[in-house]
Amino acid sequence: MSVTAILGGRKRSVIPGFGLTLGITLLWLSLIVLIPLAGLFLKTTELTFAQFLAVITSRRVLHAFQLSFGLSLAAAAVNLVFGAIVVWAVVRYRFPGRRLLDAIVDIPFALPTAVAGIALTTLYAPSGWIGGLLAPLGIKVAFTPLGIFVALVFIGLPFVVRTVQPVLEDLDSQYEEAAASLGAGRWTTVRRVVLPTILPALLTGFALAFARAVGEYGSVIFIAGNLPNVSEIVPLLIVIRLQEFHYADATAIGAVMLVVSFILLFLVNGLQRWSELRIGKRN
Amino acid sequence: MKISATDVSKRFGAFAALDRVNLEVRSGELLALLGPSGSGKTTLLRIIAGLDWPDEGQVLFDGEDALKRSAGERHVGFVFQHYALFRHMTVFENIAFGLRVKPRHERPSEEEIRARVQKLLSLVQLGWLADRHPNQLSGGQRQRIALARALAIEPRLLLLDEPFGALDAKVRKELRRWLRELHSEMHVTSIFVTHDQEEAMEVADRVVVMDRGRIEQSGTPQQVYEEPQTAFVHEFIGESIMLPVVVLNNAVHFEGRSVGLDAQGAPDGIATLFARPFNMTILPDAEPDSLRGEVRGIHGIGPARRIDVALGGAQTVIEVDAPRSQHCAIGQVLHLRPAQYRLFPSEI
Amino acid sequence: MSTVQFTARIKAEPKPAHRPANTPAHDTAMAPAMPQHRIDAREDAPWVRFVVIAIAVGFMSLFIVLPLACVLTEALAKGVAAYFAALTNPDTLAAIRLTLLAAAISVVANMIFGIIASWAIAKFEFRGKNLLITLIELPFSVSPVIAGLVFVLLFGLQGYFGAWLLAHHIKIIFALPGIALATIFVTFPFVVRELIPLMQEQGTEEEEAALSLGASGLTTFFRVTLPNIKWALLYGVLLCNARAMGEFGAVSVVSGHIRGQTLTIPLQVEALYDGYQIAAAFAVASLLALLAIVTLVIKIVLEARLQQE
Repeated sequence: MSVTAILGGRKRSVIPGFGLTLGITLLWLSLIVLIPLAGLFLKTTELTFAQFLAVITSRRVLHAFQLSFGLSLAAAAVNLVFGAIVVWAVVRYRFPGRRLLDAIVDIPFALPTAVAGIALTTLYAPSGWIGGLLAPLGIKVAFTPLGIFVALVFIGLPFVVRTVQPVLEDLDSQYEEAAASLGAGRWTTVRRVVLPTILPALLTGFALAFARAVGEYGSVIFIAGNLPNVSEIVPLLIVIRLQEFHYADATAIGAVMLVVSFILLFLVNGLQRWSELRIGKRN
Repeated sequence: MKISATDVSKRFGAFAALDRVNLEVRSGELLALLGPSGSGKTTLLRIIAGLDWPDEGQVLFDGEDALKRSAGERHVGFVFQHYALFRHMTVFENIAFGLRVKPRHERPSEEEIRARVQKLLSLVQLGWLADRHPNQLSGGQRQRIALARALAIEPRLLLLDEPFGALDAKVRKELRRWLRELHSEMHVTSIFVTHDQEEAMEVADRVVVMDRGRIEQSGTPQQVYEEPQTAFVHEFIGESIMLPVVVLNNAVHFEGRSVGLDAQGAPDGIATLFARPFNMTILPDAEPDSLRGEVRGIHGIGPARRIDVALGGAQTVIEVDAPRSQHCAIGQVLHLRPAQYRLFPSEI
Repeated sequence: MSTVQFTARIKAEPKPAHRPANTPAHDTAMAPAMPQHRIDAREDAPWVRFVVIAIAVGFMSLFIVLPLACVLTEALAKGVAAYFAALTNPDTLAAIRLTLLAAAISVVANMIFGIIASWAIAKFEFRGKNLLITLIELPFSVSPVIAGLVFVLLFGLQGYFGAWLLAHHIKIIFALPGIALATIFVTFPFVVRELIPLMQEQGTEEEEAALSLGASGLTTFFRVTLPNIKWALLYGVLLCNARAMGEFGAVSVVSGHIRGQTLTIPLQVEALYDGYQIAAAFAVASLLALLAIVTLVIKIVLEARLQQE
C-alpha cells in the first residue's frame, strides 16, 4: 500500500517527490522520535498496574512530583506577571536600551542549562552576590526549594514575552483609540480592550513556561539541594533510579512525565487556536 | 501546433471544475478562455500546460497524447497571473533559465544563450533591465519579462493565466495591444484566460465563453457578441436587457399582453427576452402591442443618452439608449420594441 | 536554545502573509482630531511608564544580566593565565572535540531531514498534516531527561537491543552514537519549524514555473527553492547547533560520564564544578556563554534579513 494511498484524498501534483519525501520523513520521525517514545510506554507495561501505582505513589516520588509541579506553577505565575510587564515595556514604550532589553530576553533560551545552573548557584550561594545580601536576613536560596524556584523563573522567562509579543505588536491602535474616544479611562481601556485580546497568548506563554519548568534538569540540579523528600525534582529522581539500574521505577515515573507533556502540548495547541480566533486570524 | 481537448472533466471533491469540455484550438490562433471565476478556465489551461491532470478525458497536441508527458516535456510556455519570476535571480537569469536547464546535449552555448536572451529582451523592449531583480520592476515590466522567459524555450504553445489581471487599467490596455502585436509577429498558438470580456474581445482571434465548467459558446468576438447562443453568453458579454416573458403560440407576451414580437420558434412557456440597450426602438406612436413604460431617469449628455424606463407595473426597470432627437422627460410614457432580440427558455 | 520560542507556530495552512503594520486611523469615524498624534489614545501616564520600565529593567537585570556577569567574573577569578590553562586542559579539549562532533552530526542530520520534511509538508496538500507537524514538534515538549531515558531503554545493557548490541560489540549508550542520537532527538524540530512557514508563504508558483520551463525536480529544488529558503535554513541550523552544543540533561543520561571520553562541554562543566574546580568550570562555561551570545547576535542579523524576504 503506497504512502499516498494511506493518506488518501491527495490530488496528483505537478511538484515531484511527494511519495519519497513523505516516506523519508515518516521513516526518520519513527526511528528517532516515535519508536523510542513508544519504547518507553512498552517498557512501562512490563509492570503490573499495582506495581506501577506503588512506584508512583511512594513517598519520595510523590514528594518529587509535588515539588516539581508546585514550584513550576509558581515560577510560571511569576513569569506571567513579570513577562507581561516586560513585553508591555518593550512593545509600547521607547526608551534607551529598549532593543537591548528585547534581545536579552532570549538569553535563557540560548544559554546552555548547565551554564545557567552553575551561574545561578554561585550567585545565590551564601558567598554569592545575591546570596550574600540575603544571608544576614536569614534567607537561604541556594540548595533549597527557593533556589529551584529561582532557576525555574530564569528558564521560563522568555516564554510569556515571546508568545505575547507578536499579538501585542499587531494589535491595531484603532480599538484603543475608539475606547478612549468613547470616554474610557486608560486602565479601563487596557483591561477591557487589550487584555482580552492578549489573554490567550498570555495563557499560552504560561503553559509553555510551566511545561518547560516541569521537565527542566540542567539549570536546577546545581542550585537544588537534591535532598530526597526535600529538594529533589522529578527529572533528578529518574536519573538516580537509572543509575541504580532500577529501570522499572525510572520508566514508570518517566511515563507519567511523558503523559503530562502530551497533555500540556494538547493544551497549548488548544490555547493557540483560541488565540488565533481572538485576534481574528481564523473564522 | 493544434490542440484538441476531448471530454475533459475534473472535480475537486464534490465541485465539478470541468464537465466534459471539448475544445479545438487551431494552429497559430490566439484564443481567449473567457468566463467568471469558478468557470473552470484556469483549470483547463493548467491541464493543457501539464500543471494539473483531468479525472477523465483526452488532450492531444498535434494528434499526440499530451497527458503522457510532464509539464516540462510538453514544450509549453506558461505565463502566470502573478508572474512567478525567480526572485533571487536577475532578469537576465530568469529569461535564460529555460535554456540553461536543458539537458547537456540540447543546451546551447553560453554565448548563444546570451544572444537569445538579448534578443528577447529587445523584443519586450526591456534590455536596460537585464541586471535588475524582479522586486525592482513594476508589474507591467514583470509581466513582460515573464512572457520573455516563456518564449525563451521557443514553445509551440503559449499559455497565459489572467496575464494582466494584477495590473492597473492603463498598463493593461497597453499590454493588451502589445500582446496582440507580438502574436501577429510570432504566430505561436496561444491561449489566454481572462474574466475581462473587453480584453477577450479586443485581443483574441476566437473567444471561448465558459461557465461552471462548461463551454457555453465558442466563436469570433463578433459572433459571440452579435449571435449569443445562450442566455449566459448574452448576459456576460456586452450589456443586456432581460425581460421575463411568456411564449404562447409563437407570440411573445410581457405582463399578460402581447408585445408584437415573433417568438423565433421558441416553445410555449416561460422564457427570458434578451436585447441590447441600443437595440430598443422607441416607437413614434403608441401601439397596443408593444412594451409600454414610463421614464424614470435620464443619464448622460452628448449624442446618446441612457434612460431608465419602468415597464408595466413598474416592477421592471430597463436601460435604453435614446438618440438626441428623441424627446425625453421624467414621467413620459414611451412605447418600445426591440429591433433585435433573443429568446432563451428559462431554466427552472 | 532550549525549547520552543513560537510553539505550534507552524500550521497546516499557511499563516497570513505579512503582519500588517498598524494602520492609520484616518478612515474611522472615531479618528482623533489631529492625525499626527494618533498614539495619544495609547499613551500611558508618565508615572506608569516609569514604573513599568523600572520593573522590567530591574527584573531582567536581576535574572539575566547578573548571571551572565557572574560567569565572566568567576571565569577570570584566578587570572587570565589560569583561564587559558583551563581551556587547554586535555580533558576539556576532548570534551570540545566530542561536542563539536556530536553537534555536527545532529546539525547535518536535522538539516537534511528538515529540508525533506518541509518539502513534503509545505509543497503538498494532504490529510493528517497537522498531526504530522505536532509529532515532529514532540521533542520540544519532552523533558531532556526523558529524551535520554528512552534511548537507554532501547540500547542500554538492560534495554530492548542491549543483548544484541553486546553480542555484536556495538556501543551506543556511553559512547558517541548514543550521545549523537540523544542530541538529534532534542534538536529534531529546529530546522523544520523555520522552513515550513517560509515555504508555505512562498507557495509553489516558482517551482511550477521552473518545471514548465523544462527543469527536473532536483534542478528545480537546487536552483529555485533552495536559494529562496537559504536564510531561514541558516537560521534553523544556527538554533539547532546552539542547542546541540549546549544540551545537558539528555546527554547526561546517555553519556556514562567517562572523563576524557564521553563528556561533552556541558558535562565537563559539571564535572569540574562538582570537583570544586570552580574557576575552571566557569572558564569552560564561558565558552558556552560566548556561543550563546554569538548565536543571538547572528539570530538578530538573520531575522532582519528574513523580514526583508
